[in-house]
Amino acid sequence: MSETLLRIDKLTTHFHTDDGTVRAVNGISYDLKEGETIGVVGESGCGKSVHALSIMRLIPMPPGEIVDGEVIFRDRDLIQISMDEMRKVRGGEIAMIFQDPMTSLNPVMTIGNQIIEVLRLHAGMDGDQALDRAGEMLALVGIPEARERLDSYPHEFSGGMRQRAMIAMALAGNPQILIADEPTTALDVTIQAQIIDLVRRLRDLIGMTIIWITHDLGIMAGLAERMLVMYAGFFVEKAPVKELYANPRHPYTMGLLSSLPRADSGRDGKRLEPIIGRPPDLLAPPKGCPFLPRCPYSIDRCKEENPTLKEIGPEHEIACWIDVRTAETHEVIG
Amino acid sequence: MIESRTDTRDVLVRVENLKKYFPIVTGFMRKTTGQVRAVDGVSFEIHQGETLGLVGESGCGKSTLGRTILQLHKPTEGLVYFEGIDLEGMSKSELRSMRRRMQIIFQDPYSSLNPRMTVGNIIAEPLVVHHIANGKELLEMVEVLLKRVGLNPLFANRFPHEFSGGQRQRIGVARALALNPSFIVADEPISALDVSIQAQVVNLLEDLQDELGHTYLFIAHDLSMVRHICDRVAVMYLGKLVEVGSVEQVYENPQHPYLQALLSAVPVPDPVVEEQRKRIILEGDVPSPANPPEGCNFNTRCPIAFDRCFKEDPELKELFPQHDVACFAVEERLASA
Repeated sequence: MSETLLRIDKLTTHFHTDDGTVRAVNGISYDLKEGETIGVVGESGCGKSVHALSIMRLIPMPPGEIVDGEVIFRDRDLIQISMDEMRKVRGGEIAMIFQDPMTSLNPVMTIGNQIIEVLRLHAGMDGDQALDRAGEMLALVGIPEARERLDSYPHEFSGGMRQRAMIAMALAGNPQILIADEPTTALDVTIQAQIIDLVRRLRDLIGMTIIWITHDLGIMAGLAERMLVMYAGFFVEKAPVKELYANPRHPYTMGLLSSLPRADSGRDGKRLEPIIGRPPDLLAPPKGCPFLPRCPYSIDRCKEENPTLKEIGPEHEIACWIDVRTAETHEVIG
Repeated sequence: MIESRTDTRDVLVRVENLKKYFPIVTGFMRKTTGQVRAVDGVSFEIHQGETLGLVGESGCGKSTLGRTILQLHKPTEGLVYFEGIDLEGMSKSELRSMRRRMQIIFQDPYSSLNPRMTVGNIIAEPLVVHHIANGKELLEMVEVLLKRVGLNPLFANRFPHEFSGGQRQRIGVARALALNPSFIVADEPISALDVSIQAQVVNLLEDLQDELGHTYLFIAHDLSMVRHICDRVAVMYLGKLVEVGSVEQVYENPQHPYLQALLSAVPVPDPVVEEQRKRIILEGDVPSPANPPEGCNFNTRCPIAFDRCFKEDPELKELFPQHDVACFAVEERLASA
């Protein structure tokens, strides 16, 4: 069995705003094994991105603060090391790609120079060697006439090409872990398929470990090995990918799946079953289970205590007081 | 309305060879140096009470087509008939009263609502503009509309920023419903929303259609949702329609290589299915509509293009019963079979 590469333990990130404390991430833990692809899913505002930015120490402080927890990577706690050391980790050992490539590409610098900068900082390359390598990186992510395109500026690239250029930049430092924060959300399905196909090939080629953050359960089905479902800053369900889709056991995961239409089968007269309401305000999270106001199940205990994760099968954990297979549903007022 | 739903072949909207070109203006002399062919010769019909899906990648002209049908853009060429009447030949005041029958729901619920107006005023505005109601009657109508889209009537005094994306989209729907239209263009109404909220809005649109007999043009790039909500689907590529048919035909028996690639690229939320699926990965990007390729629009990315495709432009033809395709390869395959 492969080894644990990254261990996240009770990671807690809050934002101190004028209105009060926003509890974005609330003590989440997981192990990331070498070579695996993990999918983190949930609606907007559930803390997925803040979790990733916390690992990278990219949370703006203030107002943000990592109030508790450890991120252990190669016997070091990334939360504790100096910013200088962290800068070497970022882009070198752990790289991140974002939804909007323009947030990480410099608009007034050529694509080539941006890749060369990463190579110089993290691979100690210079001159022609760096230039050659940058050309190779662009070719690797499938940009035609890569060598010539090194002189292009980001605005000269289409959305899909920018995303590829960002991946080339992220991979230039030869990272062990790639954190992808919804990198395909703004793209068309054909371009999304190109990017996912590319990431899959690169993963198999260079043995990358991936944390992929998305709200789209469709994408993860063909990409992830393990899934973490996030709600209101907590993990509410963890399971291997096939188990999660075939046998979801947290009412939130079930709701996410039943609100999705499928392109590969007709509706057979069925309606979609959305989750009613919307995610809770993390400024004033309710006492008890945060999903309670939207949950079609629930017992008295849900009002009082927030359930913690417990194992219900091999590698399958849920944070729920109820066994949905036997519980009765009731009307929820939206 | 209820009677007309049973006869789905009743044509509500007919579009004939519609074109919308935008000029490319450069330099300080404002010279027109070229044209963006956003919609380039499109013909189709929308039947009474149906939901027609219009799908394609961004930049293919879907939204422009929707807006040109509503005469929000003046067509460069071609005609739009609404209930058999040519909209082009109408005077401004005739068109204005016709607009009551045709409404639009926009993609972005954040930018399409005036932040300085209360929700009540936003919904009441079309009723005031068209002199339909005022005073107490107006307030009552706003209340009914808010209830109809599942919002609390007390929200009428609040401002858009106090609402979530899904709620704002409901406000947009209420405004579109205010004039009791028969035809609604829904321009990517759910793309900006979270998955769970998308399902809420889609169910609302379906319920309203059942109740009021609306005809929808549902513009989207999410092919899963289109399969769920639509009766027929039109597939657009670079300003032209490449395939039109019923949902079953389009999804179960796709003919155009572009549609086949598009469908294969849609992720399915099922890891077991995903393991078996073969994707057709299209190379490159959509060419610029300012400079479309010679011959068939799709020939730069088509895996089965042959010499004829680079010389001639295929027409949309009914190659199967009520299933139209614009592709020479499909035509020749049928001819040789």
